[in-house]
Parts: sequence; structure tokens; C-alpha cells
Amino acid sequence: MVKLTVNGARLSVEADADTPLLWVLRDHLGLTGTKYGCGMGLCGACTVHVDGSPVRSCLLPLQALEGKTVTTVEGLSKDRSHAVQRAWVELDVPQCGYCQSGQIMSAVALLQSNPAPSDADVDAALAGNLCRCGTYVRIRRAVHRAAELLKEAKRS
Amino acid sequence: MSTRPRDVRKSTECSRREFLQRTAYLGGGLVLALALPALRSGARAAARAESQLNAWLRIGSDDTVTILVDRSEMGQGVYTALPTLIAEELEIDPSGIRVVSAPVGDAYVNALNGGQVTGTSNSVPDAWEKLRKAGAQARSMLIAAAAKRWQVTPSSCSASSGRILGPQGKTASYGQLAEAAAKLPVPKDVVLKNPADWRLIGKPLPRLDTPSKVDGSAEFGLDVKLPGMLHAAIALSPELGGQVDSVDSAAAMALPGVRRVLPAATTVTVVADHFWQAKKARDALRIVWKPGPNAGLDTTSVWARLNEAAARPGLSALKSDNVADALKAGHAAEAMKSAAKTLSVVYELPLLAHATMEPMNCTADVRADRCDLYVGTQVQQMAQAAAADAAGLKPEQVNVHTTLLGGGFGRRLEVDFVPAAAAASKAVGAPVKLIWTREDDMTHDYYRPPAREAVSAGIDEHGKLLAWALHVVSPSITSRFDPTNKDPFDSVIEYVQNFPYAVPNFDLRYTRQEIGIDVGYLRSVSHSPNCFAIESSIDEIAALSSKDPLELRRELLAGKDRHLQVLSVIAQRSGWGHAPRGHYQGIAFMEGYNSRIAQVAEVSVVRGDLRIHRITCVIDCGQTVNPRIVESQLESGIVYGLTAALWGEITLRGGRVQQRNFNDYRMLRLNELPVLDVHVIPSSEKPGGIGETGVPPVAPALCNAIFAATGKRIRSLPIASHKLA
Repeated sequence: MVKLTVNGARLSVEADADTPLLWVLRDHLGLTGTKYGCGMGLCGACTVHVDGSPVRSCLLPLQALEGKTVTTVEGLSKDRSHAVQRAWVELDVPQCGYCQSGQIMSAVALLQSNPAPSDADVDAALAGNLCRCGTYVRIRRAVHRAAELLKEAKRS
Repeated sequence: MSTRPRDVRKSTECSRREFLQRTAYLGGGLVLALALPALRSGARAAARAESQLNAWLRIGSDDTVTILVDRSEMGQGVYTALPTLIAEELEIDPSGIRVVSAPVGDAYVNALNGGQVTGTSNSVPDAWEKLRKAGAQARSMLIAAAAKRWQVTPSSCSASSGRILGPQGKTASYGQLAEAAAKLPVPKDVVLKNPADWRLIGKPLPRLDTPSKVDGSAEFGLDVKLPGMLHAAIALSPELGGQVDSVDSAAAMALPGVRRVLPAATTVTVVADHFWQAKKARDALRIVWKPGPNAGLDTTSVWARLNEAAARPGLSALKSDNVADALKAGHAAEAMKSAAKTLSVVYELPLLAHATMEPMNCTADVRADRCDLYVGTQVQQMAQAAAADAAGLKPEQVNVHTTLLGGGFGRRLEVDFVPAAAAASKAVGAPVKLIWTREDDMTHDYYRPPAREAVSAGIDEHGKLLAWALHVVSPSITSRFDPTNKDPFDSVIEYVQNFPYAVPNFDLRYTRQEIGIDVGYLRSVSHSPNCFAIESSIDEIAALSSKDPLELRRELLAGKDRHLQVLSVIAQRSGWGHAPRGHYQGIAFMEGYNSRIAQVAEVSVVRGDLRIHRITCVIDCGQTVNPRIVESQLESGIVYGLTAALWGEITLRGGRVQQRNFNDYRMLRLNELPVLDVHVIPSSEKPGGIGETGVPPVAPALCNAIFAATGKRIRSLPIASHKLA
């Protein structure tokens, strides 16, 4: 049994100790917004935040998560009001949409540490998130738009 | 691809009556919403009084409008574009529409594909008249119902924003009229709106599926949750085409959560409480495989077969109905003899994997007399037939619930991942979700076939093109996919059959050469290899005749106004001939999917290091339903094309695919993205295809730019296999 906090809820998870966080979230907690893409930390589809930092949940075993705080795409907001989600909607970023939870979680983490990223900063932070539909143009634009929205929110 | 899959036809013919019976209760006024997977999983439980006005439209007493979309949403925007067509004529605001996937049914057959198939970039072309008509019929029925209720003439009523307006301020919402309207006869002749009155078509409206794709609620096949559901992983033969000889499952069965190990002829499925347990148990199986006939198959032996087959003259396509008549005059071989200069080159295109971001998966819930199948598929009828076969049921006992597809690209035109899920569910008596790992997916694809494309061309002393001939050697996709197919060329001659350039002597031959493994349709199918051969060779002809590549294309497309406009616009937008110092440009054009497209790649090559600075893309795809989606589809096609051109190659060794994951099947990443400048030429012509159209010109435009930069002509892909220094 491992105790951790997921999207603000304190949970005790009963699962095989080596189960990657990805499958704990998906199969044990029903949080299917986080996707399986490669199982090797190569594609970023499974990106979540652990204690505020972006991690590839497909490589992180449950046993390493005692006392940790996990945020998934479902935990960003209750109503898609997070600036990154709003920017993503405004620019219609997703196509098939499968990789987008991971893209969004990487973008959120970037903006937390760097509220005004350059193109190069965005590229560096999201280079680990593959998108087979090629939504990259819009991803880059939407990260900048989200930065603007965050700035506006701070001002008001 | 023009597919008439055997299973589809069979199930279509035999199920017409059954389908009508099944749908009859939907058409007869009040019904409860079917349990279909919607964009949000919570919507599956929704139940309210609804009236079905036609195969695509239900209106609830609470004014909820539900549109059943019969094409699969895999990113290309059909869950927005197709409802837009109905909404336009129905006079409703599309933002409130509830979109659900259509079940299997005759009404949902794509006439252009001959089955319930999402492919060939023709969802909008097929739906263009059909769904606008359906919307107009429903509008007319709602007006008739209102007129009857108010005892006025229908002509005194009109539809606006989800309401019927009558004389003396009378008004009723669609929800108040739907039940009565559904009982009225469907009008045969309806007048479609004048394009000048369109509120929605041609406007960059937001996608309807976006909100669900930013908060994790969008339901892909991988996300299906059913009460009591178990999870499965599968062992597939390491050698393609191998079979299971024996299985020692003792170690696997001893692991926690494992329920069953199910050996079959070519697979072993492990069912467990959770996927991670199933996967670990799968890895713990000791399986002896019989490698099968492909055990000795290597990439080199594949190419040896293709090169050997090139000695055979092949089948002339000039008699094929699909080839444009204008191309059938002349005699290429004769004309070549009198040419001042000739070109004789071979282009080689490798095997490619689809590599959708969502690996193959399927959830089946098999009961004694029915099966519910939850699957991201491009072929609902084939999925139904495959599940029925595996579960020992009749096709009509299988309800196909199409989830969102985490990428399709043609991979989900195959149903190879369906039977094991159905068989496992039947064996354990519970719903089972089967997931392929990335490695399963990468090593067991239906790969884009390799192609050897030999072009010969001749020009006269003034540089005029006298003859152009192509000989394609490649395996046939359609012969496997649809064994009843009678057309020996089928998808193989795509784009060449409409060879747009003026040439007095033309030839096209095809030698079919199988390579031992199954090949499949991949986004743009043969348009890509053929566009590579055509557009590279036109560039080579330009060099041979010392002409500018864009000017030569203009010359060869004289009199074709839409083609020429695309060239003019791209010349301007790309700054053709005015690239910054050290940058070089290459162009490619294509006429395909009833669209005309050109791309210009701008590159630099410094000490062998290729940098792609910009891709300009201009298209005339006729009338757009949603230009915003068209633009993103083109961006998408370019990125897909760049990945394939730069790195795409599946190789074989001993019958095994050597690429296993994204580390050895490389894809373009955000930091590698060039500037993409996409321009859609406004047009009111019939809509052309868009989902695949952006892919084919990328590789030739890029290789032509590399030639401009280095003088090196790349005739085989991927580019990464060449040294540019």
C-alpha cells in the first residue's frame, strides 16, 4: 500500500509495487487522460507532475511515490479554465488529441518555471513530447498564448 | 485506395434487412439514446426522450441535438466538419451539438469507398451533398410538423437557430416538434441553401472535439472502462508470419493477477486484472515459435526481389479505365529513341510504419448472444465481422462502438487486433481490454509497401518533353485487403493516373512483386511514392533542359488554370528564386484527391548538415467546410511527410522488424520543426480531399531543394541514409 496525493486527493493505492504510475493512474484510479505511448520515456504522452515537476509516468514505479503529490491533466482545473487549456482551445491545437495531455502537462510545467518563454525555451521544454499529427505549430503558438493569459491574469 | 473489402460487402448485403429492422425502432418517434461512446465517457449513460429524424440526427425533447457521425475521428476533423454540414441546413448552432459515433449500418456506407470506411480523404466529398440534404430534409420535416400543429402552410414558416417561426409570432423549438416531425414522410426533393446564405460552411469555426481533448475526458479505445473489465496483453510471433509451436505458461500464471493464458495459432493472449500484470506475464511466457516462411527475409532480399522483378515488363496501365484518356495517345518507347537527351533513373521507397501515437487496442464484451466492441477503427463493418468470427456470433450480433482514434493513418483500416480481444472476452466471460505495447505495434504493422519506380524520359533539342514513362515494381496492398478486387492497378497508380503534365508520349507499367509480408495502406498510399518519382523526375528534366523547375512545371501545365494558380501563388508566397543567401529551394506539385497542391522547401546544407528552414504549401482543394481544419491537416501532412522523408524506414532481418520503439523509428520533434506557411486558395468548386494531400509533395520538394543546394540527387529515401557532404 502506497500513500500519495493525486489531484488534491489523498489516496492509498493497493497495487503491485513495480506498477508504473501511468498504469496506477489509468487502471487503478480511472484517470485515463494520461496516455500510454511508448513505455520507455521516449514520447511524453504519459507526462504528469510529481511534486510539481514534469515526469514520464510510464517509467516511475508506484513504490517510489510514497508521500508524493501527483497532478494529471484531470487535475489542472475542474472546468478547462487553466490558462494552458484555454490557449489550447482558443487555437484548436489538438487533432487526434492522444498526445495532448502530455503536451499540456509539459507546457504547464514550463510556464511555472518560466512565465515568458522564448521559442527556443518552448522547443527545449516540449521536444520530448511527440505528436504524430504534427500539431507542433499550434503547440508553440498556444504556449505563448498561455503565457499571455497568465500574465493578464496576474495583472488583473 | 478504392476499397471494397470482401467482409464489408458480405456484411452489407446480408445485413440490409436486419439493419432496417434494427433502425426501425429508432425512426419511429420516441426512443432512448443508444449506449454509444461519446466524446466524454460519462455521456454513455445519457438517456432521454429523443426522436430520430434520419440516420444522422436525433433531437431530444430538451432541444439537445445529437449528430451521429459515420466517419471515424482520427484528428482530421470529421466530428466537426460533418456535423457542420447538417447544422448549416438545419439552422442550428453547431457548438451545442452532441456528437456520437454511428453504429454499423447501410446508411453509413461511404459511397466513394463502398463500405463504412474512413479513408481515401473523402469523408467530406462523400458527405458533401448527402449530409446537407439530410439537414435540409429534417428542417423541412420540422417545418411541416409546425405547420400542421398551427394549421398554416409550410411556406409561411421558416427555421432559425433551432426554432421554427410561423405567422403571427408563432414559434416552437425543434425539441417541441421533433417527435411529430419524426413521424412525417421524409421529403425526397429538398432545396439546399444558396452558398451565399451559408453561415457555417467555409468559416473557421472551432472544432467540436477540442474541449474534451484538453482535459483528459476524450475517450480513445485505450480509455474504455467497463464494469468487471479485465486487461490483456498479447505475444506476437517475432518473425512476421510465424506460428506458436508450444507455450510454457507456468511462470506467467504464477504472477499476481493473472487469470488466463490463451494460446492460439499465431498469438498467445494473457488476461489479468490489470494491464501491467498482463504485460509482465506476457513477458514471462516461454513460447517456442515456428518462424514460418519469412524466417530468411531481410531488407536486402526484399530489394533483390523487387530489382529482379523489374526485368519483367509488367502490365501496361494504358488500357485501364482509371488512366486519363489524354495520356493514352503516343508511344513512349518509340519517342524516346528520337530524343536529344534522355533520363533513365530509379527511385526507391522504403517500407514505413504508421506508428499512431495510440497503440492498437480493442475492448470486447462477449455474451452468449451478443458482443459489444469498443474500438478505434476506420472500418466498422470489418471490425464487426472480425469480432463475430472470433466470438462465434453473427455480425449483426456485434455492436461496434467507435471510440476516438489516437491516430489512424490507415493502420486502423486493419482489424488484426480485434479477434484476440473478442476471443479472450469469450474465454474468460468478462469484458476484456487488449492493448498492444508500442513494440508490438511497431513490429507488427501492415507496412507501407516498398516501391521501385523507374522513370525514363526524353526531351528534344529545345528541351521540350517528348516522352515520360514510369515502371512501378511493388507488392499489392489491395490484393490482400480485398481479394475480390479485379483492378490489378488499384491504388498502385495513384497520382500517375492523372499525370498532369503535357507529354505527347506516356507510358505506365506495373509489375506486382510480393515480398512475403503483408503491406497496408498508409496515409496518402501510393500518392507518396509516385509523387516522389514524378516530381523528382520533373526536377531532373528541368536540370537536363536547363530550365527553372517551377517554370518548367508552368510550361507543362499550360491551359490548366487551377494548377497554374497554385503555382503562381506558391511562387509568390515562397519567394521563389529569392531565397536568402545560402538557402536553396525545391518545389513539388501534385494533383490528387481532387485537390491541387504545391510545396516549396527551403533548405541549407552546410558541411553535409541539412537544415530545413521553411515549407510553403499552397492548395486548391475546392470549397472548404472549415478552413481552420484544412490548414491544420496540411500542417499535419507536412510533418508526417517530413518524418518519412528524413528518417522513415522499416528494415527486416531474419523476418523480424528491427525497429521497435520511437528511439529507432525517429519522428520529427517540436525543436526540429521548420517554419510552415500554409495557404488555402478560396474556391467554390466541389470539395477535394485534405487528410492525406499534404504528405506526398514533402519528400520530392525537400530532395529537389537538396539538389539545388548540393547538386546531389537523392533517389532513395530516407534522406538520412545519404551523406550530403
